[in-house]
Amino acid sequence: MLKQTEGSRAVAETVAYCRPEVIAAYPISPQTHIVEELSRLVKSGALKPCEYVNVESEFAAMSLCIGASAAGARAYTATASQGLLYMVEALYNASGLGLPIVMTVANRAIGAPINIWNDHSDAMSQRDSGWIQLYARDNQEAADLHPQAFRLAEELSLPVMVCMDGFVLTHAWERIEVPEQRQVDAFLPPYEPRQVLDPDEPVSIGAMVGPEAFTEVRYLAHAKQMQALEAIPRVAEDFRRVFGRASGGLVQPYLCEDAETIVVALGSVLGTICDVVDEMRGRGVRIGALGITSFRPFPLDAVRKVLGGARQVVVLERALAVGIGGIVSANVRTALSGIQLDGRTVIAGLGGRAITKASLHRLFDDAIAGRLEPLTFLDLDTGLVERELARMARTRRSGPSAENILRDVGSNR
Amino acid sequence: MSAAQQVNFYQVGTFAAGNRLLGPELQSDQSDPARANALTSGHRACQGCGEALGARYVLDAAQRAAGGKVIAVNATGCLEVFSTPYPETSWQLPWLHSLFGNAPAVAAGVAAALRAKGRTDVRVVGQGGDGGSVDIGFGCLSGMFERGDDVLYVCYDNEAYMNTGVQRSGATPPAARTATTQAVGEEPGAAFGQGKSLPLIAMAHEIPYVATATVAGLRDLEAKVHRAMGMRGARYLHVLVPCPLGWGTASCDTVRIARLAEQSGLFPVFEAEHGEVTDVTPIRRRVPVEEYLRPQKRYAHLFEPEPHTDVIARIQRTADRNIARFGLQAEEAVP
Repeated sequence: MLKQTEGSRAVAETVAYCRPEVIAAYPISPQTHIVEELSRLVKSGALKPCEYVNVESEFAAMSLCIGASAAGARAYTATASQGLLYMVEALYNASGLGLPIVMTVANRAIGAPINIWNDHSDAMSQRDSGWIQLYARDNQEAADLHPQAFRLAEELSLPVMVCMDGFVLTHAWERIEVPEQRQVDAFLPPYEPRQVLDPDEPVSIGAMVGPEAFTEVRYLAHAKQMQALEAIPRVAEDFRRVFGRASGGLVQPYLCEDAETIVVALGSVLGTICDVVDEMRGRGVRIGALGITSFRPFPLDAVRKVLGGARQVVVLERALAVGIGGIVSANVRTALSGIQLDGRTVIAGLGGRAITKASLHRLFDDAIAGRLEPLTFLDLDTGLVERELARMARTRRSGPSAENILRDVGSNR
Repeated sequence: MSAAQQVNFYQVGTFAAGNRLLGPELQSDQSDPARANALTSGHRACQGCGEALGARYVLDAAQRAAGGKVIAVNATGCLEVFSTPYPETSWQLPWLHSLFGNAPAVAAGVAAALRAKGRTDVRVVGQGGDGGSVDIGFGCLSGMFERGDDVLYVCYDNEAYMNTGVQRSGATPPAARTATTQAVGEEPGAAFGQGKSLPLIAMAHEIPYVATATVAGLRDLEAKVHRAMGMRGARYLHVLVPCPLGWGTASCDTVRIARLAEQSGLFPVFEAEHGEVTDVTPIRRRVPVEEYLRPQKRYAHLFEPEPHTDVIARIQRTADRNIARFGLQAEEAVP
């Protein structure tokens, strides 16, 4: 049903239609509206049978999902940022045990300095955790990816993270086609676990594995993600058939076929990028955009197919691998192995800094003109950085950098 | 020491011996040839492991109480490692190990799933060592208590991190030598004034049932498991399980050492409901703490080269305080 709603609420409603049996809830911005709405749906009786558990930490949230999933229940939670990091040990455990938990990550920066606004540092830090990671470009897709996530998770016995940009999407109100119960029921069969804690058929789950078999168990985790490369487009196609709209898949190319320059990105910034591509196309610039929906597994072949013919690739990242630069870029380069083209990494929108059309126009013009450094920080205030570097060079006890910079910003206003 | 010990069998009112003389309804679960054997033989625990003994009694009693429908969730630790070296398992019940610090939350998740599925006939037991319960799993355990999740959580307390090689935990008693509280310096062993009583903390949550037990009172342990399984909500059982390796005791002395812990007053055995102590196991033959400390190598520095009477007296004061606080002194003491 088409309705004007908040991204978080659309996700919560859609999750409820997926009939989760156990929901673990712990508040953290900007995810909180999702579990708040789910709390209402469970408490009012709209979603039943479902156990909604207010836990004492994100570590407990994921742990509770592990227990619930191993006992055969469809389990869901949502988190962001520090919360995602707080549950890291359990994240690896959930994927290692092959438990099909679905979790929404309302992408947010990681401190210090503490920052509640959007970037992808949180989810990117978990790219090797064994979870499938799907990134939503808008709220419609954020909602739509959830039934797909449960389908994929349960088919493959792997946990799935649906990543949606914090605030930019979670708190944005717009018109969304919220799936209907009968559609979700037609799309998502009941959960049939591969392994379950059952007194009638007792199994031990979580045994110790030594050198004699650890590699094989880990290989299987990789093999399942490779199976996901096939499953993700198939499930997206099924989704299109049942719901009548396209959502998800591995990658989403936009005007890439004849493009000389292709901009690669994940998440909500793709909307702005595509607008800029349109405007530059209006000026006759052969530019396109490639949205990566599935970051794990990383669709090497699909990315290579789209980018292979371009002259130049600009990867725009909302995260920073400190000490090297790009995270997505490194994966894109693997996809382009053996292909000579000009690749640039742009770190943009960290900690919620707006990525504006004006900045992107400048950036892409610079890229095409060959003026872009291999690693560029979009809209970096170099003066601010240089003044702090000077303070640090001047005196040993220069104090906390973040506070110094804030003071500097304040005094220059 | 043990060779010279005089053993008395009392046939009156105790279950220490003569079990077979009792009626079937009074016999222990463990004496039943059809017992569940939830933790079956062939596992790799050390000889004389108190934890293996305790876990077997707890789970078989729980299995009997629940008609064989128990799911066990285990924290990382000795019990997990010695029972499931790949590709073997000693568990004859559905068993899940996730992490060191999350067993109570995982168990709560299993309970939530069972509730959502209407399978209230299946019961959940969480278990961990003192490290997994008192320290790293403490947050999850407190959350499980506070929410009243329908889980019986059992802490097998051997007073240190034995699986990693005997390091100090929040349950390590003062003066005890561990690998991280070594018997060197001015005040050898674990510091005084540190450590916590998880049973008392559990009681502060006002959960339906908290009990302590030792592997010296196995019949008592079984009875407490049955009482706990007869209730719903968050229940906590704290079982003292001597560790021959970590405590430096003879493998054959595990039960004796546990009994001395109880009889000295250092480990009070009691039950509590909704935050109030409802019953205690009185000490019938009280022993000075020295009798408990001396056979344990972890306390050897208290006796060599000569006895540290001040430290021993300090430990004795703890025992005396426990006895007074919980009313452990039996009215009729056995000489």
